[in-house]
Amino acid sequence: MNRTYELMFIVRPDMAEEDQDKLISTLESAVTSFGGRVKSIERMGKRRLAYTVRKFQDGIYVLLTAEGSGGLMHELERRLRVSEPVIKFLTVRIDEEQKRLDKIKAIRAAKRKTSSTPAAAEAAGETPAATA
Amino acid sequence: MTEETRAAAGSTTEAVVTPERPERTERPERTERVDRGERRPGRSSPGAGGGREGGARKFFRRKKVCKFCVEKIEAINYKDVRLLQQFVAESGKIVPRRLTGVCTPHQRRLSSAIKQARNIALLPFAGRA
Repeated sequence: MNRTYELMFIVRPDMAEEDQDKLISTLESAVTSFGGRVKSIERMGKRRLAYTVRKFQDGIYVLLTAEGSGGLMHELERRLRVSEPVIKFLTVRIDEEQKRLDKIKAIRAAKRKTSSTPAAAEAAGETPAATA
Repeated sequence: MTEETRAAAGSTTEAVVTPERPERTERPERTERVDRGERRPGRSSPGAGGGREGGARKFFRRKKVCKFCVEKIEAINYKDVRLLQQFVAESGKIVPRRLTGVCTPHQRRLSSAIKQARNIALLPFAGRA
């Protein structure tokens, strides 16, 4: 039962770089100790908040993608709640959405193949490139 | 009675159009441009039909289309603030389907994405901060 989750959290803007590293590494170790796997960690940098959170106008966004069970996320959320510099977090399960997107992609790819005329195939091949 | 009220409602919708306008300008220019570009040819032909009534008040409403269906955007993600902002009024409210023309399945995903974005302070709950 492996699920993919996306955990986005905001730390206070005046947090030092080393402290962030420390926080992230503790989260990583928590993930591995729960039998999960860290897929990626992305620092989205400092960003202005849409509203004031704990008297802060901006915050440093960090995005962590991990694979694991619900218990793992429960533990991560608990840790984030306890850790003082984290001002906000959001967990989203993304594997089902990803599955849906892959399915749509596959259907579209199949449709593209069936369109026999080369001109239509070319046009269909160009459009995703343009949107991407 | 109901017929009458409906007719009255029909006439008021035209009157209501003007107060709706400021709402529309709030919307991002992308959709606005699409609106305008496709309405112009429509307006010219039924303009003659409007002349029949004496006033130029009656004008043709272009059928709105779902942006996500047309541009084949399937992933509506809470992180994509640029995209979501197009469907949020200046007050922070989610713009209803009847104004944006988004289809029901996409509006459902859109609204949940907007709510998630609000939760993580990417979008405001109310007002522009």
